[in-house]
Formats: sequence, structure tokens, C-alpha cells
Amino acid sequence: MLTIHEISRHSGNYSWAVADLCSMRTNVLRAAAALAVATLGLAGCGGSGSDAAAPAPAPSATATATTLTMKDPWVKAGPAGEMTAAFGTIVNDTDADITVTSAESPASPLELHEMTMKDGKMVMQPKAGGFVIKAKGDHELAPGGDHLMLMKPAKAIEPGDEVTFTLKLAGGQTVPFTAIAKPFAGAGESYDPGHSMAPMGSAAP
Amino acid sequence: MTSRRHLLTGAAAAGLGAAAGAGLTAVAGADNVVPAAAVEPLTTGTATVPFHGPRQAGIAEDPPAHAAFVAFTLPAGTDRRALARMMRLLTDDARRLTQGVPALGDTDATLAPLPSRLTVTFGLGPGLYRAAGLKAPVADLPEFRIDRLERRWSGGDLLLQICADDPLTVAHTQRMLIKDTRPFAAVRWVQQGFRRSPGVQAPEHTQRNVMGQLDGTANPRGAEIDPAVWNADGSTTLVVRRVRAEMETWDILSVADKENAVGRRLDSGAPLSGAQEHDEPDFTKLDASGLPAMPDFSHVTRAHVTDPALKILRRPYNYDGAPNAAGRPDSGLIFASYQKDIARQFVPIQQRLAEKDLLNEWITPIGSAVFAVPPGCDEDGWIGEQVLG
Repeated sequence: MLTIHEISRHSGNYSWAVADLCSMRTNVLRAAAALAVATLGLAGCGGSGSDAAAPAPAPSATATATTLTMKDPWVKAGPAGEMTAAFGTIVNDTDADITVTSAESPASPLELHEMTMKDGKMVMQPKAGGFVIKAKGDHELAPGGDHLMLMKPAKAIEPGDEVTFTLKLAGGQTVPFTAIAKPFAGAGESYDPGHSMAPMGSAAP
Repeated sequence: MTSRRHLLTGAAAAGLGAAAGAGLTAVAGADNVVPAAAVEPLTTGTATVPFHGPRQAGIAEDPPAHAAFVAFTLPAGTDRRALARMMRLLTDDARRLTQGVPALGDTDATLAPLPSRLTVTFGLGPGLYRAAGLKAPVADLPEFRIDRLERRWSGGDLLLQICADDPLTVAHTQRMLIKDTRPFAAVRWVQQGFRRSPGVQAPEHTQRNVMGQLDGTANPRGAEIDPAVWNADGSTTLVVRRVRAEMETWDILSVADKENAVGRRLDSGAPLSGAQEHDEPDFTKLDASGLPAMPDFSHVTRAHVTDPALKILRRPYNYDGAPNAAGRPDSGLIFASYQKDIARQFVPIQQRLAEKDLLNEWITPIGSAVFAVPPGCDEDGWIGEQVLG
């Protein structure tokens, strides 16, 4: 979990975003407001670490339920403790809209993030209401756009690692998938939200 | 424009389809040129070679026009688990890019959709096996007296052979794969080469090298490839030699002298004992002066192999770097040779050539590397899994 101290070492924009998203999240989870302030980020802002039993990983990027599938998932490699992000395309082959409300991974606490313009800068913030995947539609998670934010990986995520994830849906279903870790110079917003558009060096093992 | 329109109208009326503009006339020549009208337009870029299978692609197929051979050096301390991660990642890139699909996280995804018969073939050097704590199935070649090897073109722990009919596809693939290899290994050398462009000659033609010789006439073809190249498990081996062509001194020779050095006619590629390119050389035949038609010192005589299991599959590419201020070229051959067993097949041929091959006067090996080529993989697997998994 990120502590207040850890969050505060990031520069202003992300702190603002965190504060904003916490209030948004609070609207959704009214009762959790005090907790959100106390732990600033995970429990309050989307992580659901309480039932963090690792789901059985799927051998490939396919859903077990007839709900959503995750196509072409990958995660940006990075050192332990540093935020990074997972990407891919969520595909909805059903005839109804489906909302991804949260995501879990044994590798790290997770949040669903979007990028938004704030005070003239692109910053990331948790996506209010989750990702809504339209019926017969798909939803791209990509650097510079919506993504799954790994808030604090317990171990380094090395290039070529396979990281398991589970999307949790509004209807209670889950969508497990496995993402391969790649070195990636972009997606700098994942690492230093205060300089979100600045290119970052490639992650090295 | 009028005449051009007439030309196109006429072509269409004659059923020549969309063969555009120039080149409607067939050109007669020694290199098996086909009429331009027979060339299918706009299929070169979208053509693909399957990636998955028991054997790696990029070996038995007719070589595409462009290639990059990229060798890497592993840092000390690399372990088997890191190698497995590396190969899993690179396999994922290759299986996508070869089918015209961007790699994951491909920042230049617009360059992926025209694979142009792209293949990515992986070779594992002796150093990779050492790092993994395994016995290597290949060993560095013995020294040959003709060698003038330069470190910058020699050795390597991992090799990527990237081939496609389009150089931009090769460039993008090389860039993507180097980016994903970089966390694991340093680039040791890159050799970029070329053959004739697609549509210039019929498929399966014998290519010409920068010295003007047909190169690869004696290659196994079709079913002959199996006994020479493939082990039962789908593996093989690769030798990459960089051979400089001494063009300035080669220029001094007469055509007859060049043909004697090679043992073949320059124009047709026919052995000096025969009339057609694919005539078997007859080493007993005497010429008008009573001397062997195939000189004992000729390249073909020295390299000749009759046992199908002892042949090698040459898959060479020309290189042509920038000339120096005096105009001396930097040209030659990236000699890539596939065979089951380097010691049993490649080394004896190279030994015979090193001992006595008149062509040695005009070619100089300046780079050398050997690689084991593991079997192919299926959709759920990765290249090297049998070795490192």
C-alpha cells in the first residue's frame, strides 16, 4: 500500500488527482470515506485488497465466463515498488454493456485509471464508475489512455515475466488473464505523474 | 499520356490485368526472367510465412530479398530463467510481426501490416548454453588458414535472422526485437544483406553474388533439404560467415580466369564440364588441351559433395557497404549455411576450400559465428522451450 509519505513524494498534479479521485470514489463507496483518507489510495481508491486470494490464472488471454475477453494483454516491466501499468483490449462479445469495476493481481494492488487534462497537464486518475465496455464493443487500454495501474508491485516485474490479473465485473463475474511483461520507454505517466508526458528510460532488469 | 493510355488499354485487352506501366515486355536473359505480365501486383507486401510449426521458418523457404543478422552478447551472470523470459518475449514479438500484426507495445504499429514474407529465425550460440548450464550442441569452428576474422563480425550468444521482401519491414522488425532483447543482452554485431528484389527473377532462382557468380546452384532443393538440414526433433544448426570480396583484384581477371577459379560459366552458371546450370559437374571430362575441364583448384571442385546427407543449405545474402575515399568497395557475402551437423557437414567442405581453392585469392572470411537452431513452436509455446523450459 502507498503511504501518505510515498504519495507525497510525487509532484503536485498526481496528488491533486488522488485527492479528486478519492472524493469521486467516496461518492461511490460512501461508507469508505474515512478509510480512504487514512490509506490514501488503495482501499479508498479502487484497490480491493481484502479478498486478494490469487485467482487461478488462465493459460492464455481468454475469459472463463461468457462475459469479456482480454485481447493482447501486456504489462510494462519495472522495478519493485514503482508504479507501472497493464494494457490490452477488453472485448465484449455480448449484447449488453458490461462494467469492469476493479481489477486484481497477485503482483500488485491495482486501480483502474484514465488520463485526463488537469490544469493544462495530462494526469492520471482512477476511472469513476470503472470501465464500461459497450455491447459488441471493445475498450482499449493503452499508454496515454485508460490502463490498469499497478500501484506498488511487491517484486520487480521483469521483461518476459507472465503476470496474472483478474478483472471484476459489476455483475460479480471475473475475467482472469495473463499478461507478458515488456520493456517499454513510454507510459512515463505511470512512473512520474508530475511529469506525465516526459519520456522515461527503458525499464532494465 | 496518350501513348501510355494506349499501352495500358492494350495490356488490359490482352488480359494482362493490372501489370502497371513499365516492364510489360519480357526480357530474355540468363537469369530466368519471367514475363512481367505473370507477376501478380500488390501481393508481395501482404505475403506471410507461417511462424508456428515443428521447425523454425526462415530456413527451407526461398530466401526473401532482404535480411538482417543480429547477434547479441549476454552479460555475465545471465541465468536460465532470464533466458527463458527473453525467448518467451521475443517469440511473442516474432509470432505477431511475421503475420503482419504489431508487437505488443509496438510504438511504430503502422509498419507492421506489410510483412512481405517476414521470418524471424532464432539461433542459440555456445555462450548461451554455457550461461544456462547446458552442453552446447555447437562449437566454434576450427581456425582456417584463409581466415582473417575480425571480432566485430564474429561470435554471438543469440542470433536473430530477420528476412523479408521489404527492407522497411526488416528495419522495423529489427528495431522492435532489439528493444525487447536489450534488457537481456547487448548487440554484438548486425549484418544486413540483400538478394534480388521480388519479381525480378522467378522464385527459386539461384542468386548472383556481388562478384557476378551464380551462388547456390548445388543447394539441396525440395525433398533434398530434409536429410541435409533437419534433425528428427526439428532442430538444425547455422554457420554465419562474413566473406569480403576483393573486388579490386577480381576486376583484373579475364572472364576465362574468373570461370576457372569458380569452375562455372559466369553467364549460365553451367559447370565448365557441362552446358546448363544444373548439369552435374563431370570431374573426369578433359578439355581440348587434355586438361580436366573442371580444374582441380576450382571452387566447385573443392566444394563438391555427392552424399545428400553431407550437403549444406546455403542461404547467403550480399552486402555492399559504403566505399572508401579511394572508391574501394566494402562488398561481399553474408554466407549463411544450414546443416544438421556443423562438424560433419560444414567443416570438411570449408577445410577443403581453405587448403586449395583458387577463389581464395579473391575472397576473405572476416567474420564467423555458429548457432544451434532449436525446433519451432506452436501457439502456446516459445522458441527454445525444449532447451530452456
